[in-house]
Amino acid sequence: MSLVFAGVCSHAPGITGRKERADPVVRDAFYAAYDRMRVALEGSKPDALIVIGAEHFANFFMNNMPSLCVGMGEVYEGPIEDEAWLGIKRSKVPGAPDLAKRVIEDVMQTSDLAYAQEWKFDHGIMVPLSFLTPRYDLPIIPVNINCQGPPLIPLARCFEFGRALRRACDRVPERIAIVGTGGISHWPATPDSGKVNEAWDRAFLERFLNGRRDELLAYRDDETWREAGQGGLEIRTFIAVSGATEGATGELWFYAPIPIFAVGCTVAVMKGI
Amino acid sequence: MSLYGVQKLIFQLNRDPAARKRYEENFEGLLADFELTEEERQAIRTPDIGLLYVMGVNGQLLMHYAALRGFEWSAYIEAMKEGERKYGPVRTGLYSRAEGRR
Repeated sequence: MSLVFAGVCSHAPGITGRKERADPVVRDAFYAAYDRMRVALEGSKPDALIVIGAEHFANFFMNNMPSLCVGMGEVYEGPIEDEAWLGIKRSKVPGAPDLAKRVIEDVMQTSDLAYAQEWKFDHGIMVPLSFLTPRYDLPIIPVNINCQGPPLIPLARCFEFGRALRRACDRVPERIAIVGTGGISHWPATPDSGKVNEAWDRAFLERFLNGRRDELLAYRDDETWREAGQGGLEIRTFIAVSGATEGATGELWFYAPIPIFAVGCTVAVMKGI
Repeated sequence: MSLYGVQKLIFQLNRDPAARKRYEENFEGLLADFELTEEERQAIRTPDIGLLYVMGVNGQLLMHYAALRGFEWSAYIEAMKEGERKYGPVRTGLYSRAEGRR
């Protein structure tokens, strides 16, 4: 089959963990956009969902840090964080080991990557899943791009990885959905937490939604770090989705900075994949 | 500096129930497992969240240690700001402005 759905969304822990402290009007509009994404995802009738995330030292550390890792587990568990802190109850999440193995083998033809049969999901995957698959009944293939511990994989290789993922999806019979989650500008867990560079985010989204590959790959990490914070380095997840949906354009379903969530909250879905 | 050791300790504390149990039952024993300077050991022990931030501990690790030690979100943010006022700019790691411009 191929890709039946592709989108991107935010994953900041404040989205669920500090929900009572946000402006309820903006928050509820954001939650409604996630729910619209859930309905669209379900409508695409996927057999599995690939979540391209940027985890935060839940599984991977600088003792052996993979730039790219794909999950091949039968079952996962999350969140790894304190349930009350994140506002999400700990659950088992089904994997798709056989499909993941075939996808990994195909991606390996052109991309170096690690795989993992054990994986504890942190907020980077659990926050999106809590909205998109709230019963945790859709098999998940987690993908991690190291965006936390430099040196980080170059943007162009994230795009190529996305292309390779797409090629792999095209060669298996299953119906596959992809959601990328990271960025956009934010300074999470630092004294600047809550700061968002909306102009930078909107310029990035313009490039992303119109599939402007060369402009997406022109970002430099030092500039991104200065203008979009260390959390901005997570644009790698969006760029991988862009590689997986080359030629398609996207629709922005929600964007607004919500300072107590510490991120420019984003929901967008690709069309014509 | 042994920032790697400080972050490794917090990484394990965040994810490993056995490390959490040692933290509860024998904190000094857990600290002794890592090669740390006395300043680092004391910052973890106190805890001096602001100093740990200035030492370069990644916030994605530090925010969980702060929560474990009873820092509510706003108190965690304030502790980092206080650390910068007291100890100066972040010394190394992802938040160090010098290194971030690489």
